[in-house]
Amino acid sequence: MNSPIRRISAGCLLLCIALLINATYVQAFWADDLNARSENRRVLLDEYSRERGPILLADDTPVAQSVPVDDEYQFLRQYPGEAIYAPLTGYYSYTFGRTALERAQNDILSGDDDRLFVRRLIDLVTGEEPRGGAVRLTIDPAAQQAAWDGLTDEGFKGAVVAIDVQTGAILAMVSTPSYDPNPMASHSFEVQQETRDALAADPDKPDLNRAIAQRLPPGSVFKLVTAAAALESGEFEPDTEVPGPADYDLPQSTRPLPNQNGEACLDGTPTLTEALRISCNTAFAYLGNELGDDALREQAEKFGFGTQPLTNDDMNAATSIFPPDPDEPQTALSAIGQFDVQATPLQMAMVSAAIANDGVLMEPYLVREVSGPDLVSPIERTEPEERTRAVSPETAEELTQMMVDVVENGTGENARIDGIEVAGKTGTAQSSPERPPYAWFTSFAPADEPSVAVAVVIEDAPDTARDDIGGGRLAAPIARAVMQAVLGS
Amino acid sequence: MSLDRARARSEAPAVEAVAPRRGRGTELILLIFAIGIATFAYVSVDLGALGRVPPNALAYLGGLSVATAIAHVVIRIRAPYADPVILPIVVTLCGLGLAMIHRIDLARGTTHATTQLTWMAVGVALFVAVLIVVRDHRVLSRLPYLAGLGGLLLLVLPLLPVIGHSIRGARIWINVGPMTFQPGEAAKIILIIAFAAYLVQTRDALALAGRRFLGVDLPRARDLGPILLVWVGALGILVVQNDLGPSVLLFGIFVLMIYVATERISWIILGLLLILAGGFAANAVVSHVAERVDYWMDPFIDPTGQVAQSLYGLAYGGLLGTGLGQGRPDLTPIAESDFIGSALGEELGLTGLIAIILLYALLASRGLRAGLLLRDPFGKLLAAGLAAGFFLQVFIVLGGVTRLIPLTGLTTPFLSLGGSSLVMNWVLVALLIRLSDAARRPTPPSSSPSPLTDTAVTQVVRIR
Repeated sequence: MNSPIRRISAGCLLLCIALLINATYVQAFWADDLNARSENRRVLLDEYSRERGPILLADDTPVAQSVPVDDEYQFLRQYPGEAIYAPLTGYYSYTFGRTALERAQNDILSGDDDRLFVRRLIDLVTGEEPRGGAVRLTIDPAAQQAAWDGLTDEGFKGAVVAIDVQTGAILAMVSTPSYDPNPMASHSFEVQQETRDALAADPDKPDLNRAIAQRLPPGSVFKLVTAAAALESGEFEPDTEVPGPADYDLPQSTRPLPNQNGEACLDGTPTLTEALRISCNTAFAYLGNELGDDALREQAEKFGFGTQPLTNDDMNAATSIFPPDPDEPQTALSAIGQFDVQATPLQMAMVSAAIANDGVLMEPYLVREVSGPDLVSPIERTEPEERTRAVSPETAEELTQMMVDVVENGTGENARIDGIEVAGKTGTAQSSPERPPYAWFTSFAPADEPSVAVAVVIEDAPDTARDDIGGGRLAAPIARAVMQAVLGS
Repeated sequence: MSLDRARARSEAPAVEAVAPRRGRGTELILLIFAIGIATFAYVSVDLGALGRVPPNALAYLGGLSVATAIAHVVIRIRAPYADPVILPIVVTLCGLGLAMIHRIDLARGTTHATTQLTWMAVGVALFVAVLIVVRDHRVLSRLPYLAGLGGLLLLVLPLLPVIGHSIRGARIWINVGPMTFQPGEAAKIILIIAFAAYLVQTRDALALAGRRFLGVDLPRARDLGPILLVWVGALGILVVQNDLGPSVLLFGIFVLMIYVATERISWIILGLLLILAGGFAANAVVSHVAERVDYWMDPFIDPTGQVAQSLYGLAYGGLLGTGLGQGRPDLTPIAESDFIGSALGEELGLTGLIAIILLYALLASRGLRAGLLLRDPFGKLLAAGLAAGFFLQVFIVLGGVTRLIPLTGLTTPFLSLGGSSLVMNWVLVALLIRLSDAARRPTPPSSSPSPLTDTAVTQVVRIR
């Protein structure tokens, strides 16, 4: 009977090998597929049951945090800042993924980042539940609130960006209308789905971060770039007289470019300073053609056009554009921020910030530091970094004085702050006859020792007559409130 | 038989008598390792799930040590030549099973581990009783027909009114006072004994060749009775009790044993054909079976189904596992019983699952080895039947939860929650210990030859 027993032993060995091969196939080769299946509850539970790290403001107020709850998912993601901070935090939804900082900083927040490796190792040994690290933002809650109140009090659709000019740290970033990210993190699939459908159906696109993701024609605020190019060329001084007729004869075209009020600027030959103060279109169109599109583009790029801002924070920011190959009339239009010139509010804040900072543009950033789960030990702190030298210190000083003049004596008077010198520039950009113009304002303060630069855009002002829409009237007061909030704190 | 081999055989006892290796010291060292693994697993579960050492860790260690020590001492007295690897494997498996049951208790708020521990004590008690009562395995061969009848009776017991009891659609339980018991687990062992005894008596007739077909000697038609009877019985269990696992297992064991007894491959072929025929019939008639096959072909027709959840668990564990207490085996249905292999695969990973499969294979190989070494045909058959049947059960259940084969409801020996299974597997191991003791015991002096010892004699007279 020994030979059948031997054969049966061999048979058992074959069965054993089949079990081993199959188990290896399932657990080693098929596992990734199985773990990626959408109905696999283990992965979902795992995501939720780990304590995700918080996103904190500059004063450590949480705007995203995980709180323990008494269901099987263990932790619920909450956004105490609701709509005010939604464009920054984004949402964390199992079904619909992550957006904004929840996406960009996911490795730190979830605890998967390599920099947390040692911590994970310690947790593994001590049996501690792994937790995510914290992300601290540069956002100043007072500035953020001031910007939010300024936009929402009148029901404006728009955006505000405030930058610390010396470091590039973003102090406020607001986009309206916004949305509440809390239901997107709900543990109920139905609630997630309904919220998402409502967001997708809303024509106002509340989940669009207008501060960085939407490009608009900058209009007259772009005259700062043209003025900078003029001064940098060496052929113009702030008191150089330039032609400012009622109509500028566009080259190669029979259609003239008029001033907004149809009149000549002052006596028809304003100085550069005067042209900026009253935002003289014909004078800047003339400058554009005198300098040429290459000079304008070069200057725009030194301020950050044509490259991604926020490269450090991966927030899907849009790149601002100066058109690649305009003809002469197009160049004249581009010089006053029309035609194909497009900029984000962040970009226009960067222009002001560079002028304020002696001509040096700092790299803008949102994340001040990331730390381990104990929230105390920083594992990486963002060091301020020079991005470009946009203009010489002399040009910066001259531009500053011209911008102060805009606020003191010109279109920007609504931005004045008692006891503090403010530099600014208004803009009212037409995009098409069918829709109201965009109201812009960009500024910085204090002018003698600048600390904060602000850009405001109002895309839609529902209760304002079309003719009353203007950067000075609508946007400047909001910029002032934000600057006051920063300087007051 | 050649003259040389005959000489070698007659000289062998004298050599062994000089230095008989019993292996009891080896067994003791391995047992200490086994208890260590079991206790470490138990403590790991609490550390992983609750972050604390279980308060009853020392009591657990003590209880396990006492039970193991009793088993070891009884082996020393009653089966001193037994294979030293068997008991340590059993203790390791029991310890891993207890740890996982305790882990699922923590997740679900049940207290199954305590029950299982109690049953383990009963199992050890029966283990001891078998080793004391059955001093020579050959006594088991005396009443084949009575044993067969007893086994069948146990099988149909759950069908009786009052005491019979249905759980999850399978009517295989009986109520004994406050407890439920699966008599099929006991029937399995008794029937293996009955098969062995019956086949030893009739194997010469069964081995006689009938017609030769496609190069295979088919058995004579009149000898087909027993295999057909078992086949019908197995199908009966399937249809009446609605339980696929035991019917496949029982029939499979019978076919293997008939093959060992007759040395004719035709019985295996015949058995496979009957399994296929029964399988097709069952697939067509019994909805329960067709459903299992559907889930095997595509486990994700219901992503919340048992097989899909089991696969998710295994995948989640990956190569190294989540760590004891740190996975979600409670998401897998019946993870404390049929799917405990998947639960262990999740928390111990592929590494742990491979180790468990190899432990089973090692245990089965030790039983088969005893079968090779034994000199009496009944012992050889019994050892082969018990060991191969044991591994067949492991293959069917683990193959089912890892989607190698369609899922059939069976317990995973020593791991699964369930008193009847645990107790009867301890009895099975007691029999293997007894058989391995007989196999490794030095042969008595050749002056008193036993008529049952020499299988070679049978081989010589057989006409092929």
